[in-house]
Amino acid sequence: MNNIKNQFRKILFLLLPIVGMMTPGVLFAEYADVVMNKRSDKMGLRPVIFPHWFHRIRFRCKVCHSELGFEMRVGSNDVTMAEIANGKFCGMCHNGEVAWSIEHCDLCHSGKPGLKSGIDWGWDKSLTPDSW
Amino acid sequence: MRIKFSCLLLLLFALDVSINVQAAEKKEAPKFYFSNDKRKWNSLQRDEIHDPTCEAINVLQQPYEALSELPYDYTGNNVQWVKALREGFIEPRTNIWPETKIKVLDMDVIMDNTSTLPMVRFPHKEHTEWLDCENCHNHLFIAKVDANPITMYAVLKGEYCGRCHGAVAFPLRECGRCHSVLRATFKGKVGAQPVISGNPEFIAKPRP
Repeated sequence: MNNIKNQFRKILFLLLPIVGMMTPGVLFAEYADVVMNKRSDKMGLRPVIFPHWFHRIRFRCKVCHSELGFEMRVGSNDVTMAEIANGKFCGMCHNGEVAWSIEHCDLCHSGKPGLKSGIDWGWDKSLTPDSW
Repeated sequence: MRIKFSCLLLLLFALDVSINVQAAEKKEAPKFYFSNDKRKWNSLQRDEIHDPTCEAINVLQQPYEALSELPYDYTGNNVQWVKALREGFIEPRTNIWPETKIKVLDMDVIMDNTSTLPMVRFPHKEHTEWLDCENCHNHLFIAKVDANPITMYAVLKGEYCGRCHGAVAFPLRECGRCHSVLRATFKGKVGAQPVISGNPEFIAKPRP
């Protein structure tokens, strides 16, 4: 009996580090950070991380969500670099005058490759009835 | 048997140690930054969402650098955004186009179809300070009392209030911030309350 107990303990000790290694990294992004990866991965770029906290210190919601025409729903905005270069969407400010221009790819395309599009803590990641 | 186990254990231990050493060598930025009032923010380098091999992220502002200066909250960004705006901690721009009309409406709506929970008070003022009327009316909410079949299920699915609350505005765990009006003490009429100030085009009609 004692022998079985000992063996069980050993197996447990063996399993612990394995389980530890296999646990996927927990996301610690800032609340309301948006990952945009509709095209980036396919183009060989890093996904875009949009920090809401940074922008709402400088602009009210309505500037982007009303004047610039961003829909308030992940995945419903089809933003292309061509449009940004022409001053639409992000390009309204990211033109080298108000904020950095589009030549600084890495400042926006800074996410880990392979991330799924979405809002951290957003409705699709937490508290959704579908996940109950 | 015993030797086999010990060998395996040793091997795994060595593997684990080497992984930890590798991780320790990579540790340049701290994982968290703390403010004086014990709020905590992740560093961009180690938030598991930014790519640490992307050197450009070292140029970006860290959340704590900006947010630790703003009024305390224990949830979301750890910042009370409405208070930050009202007390002048931040001065976000209201518009880019000079012809854009800035509409702010000071009018509450009390919603009483909340089963046993306290009634919901929706303050237009706090919302219109950030948002334009068109952000909600009339594609998310019809500007008329009782015209919107709002349920918590839909909200948790990201419709109605859930478009922002639970994603950008304060999280949906904070029940009491919306369900804030006790039936026992509320003496007025439910529905749209008298307008204190604001743009009359978007005022909901009071309940008959």
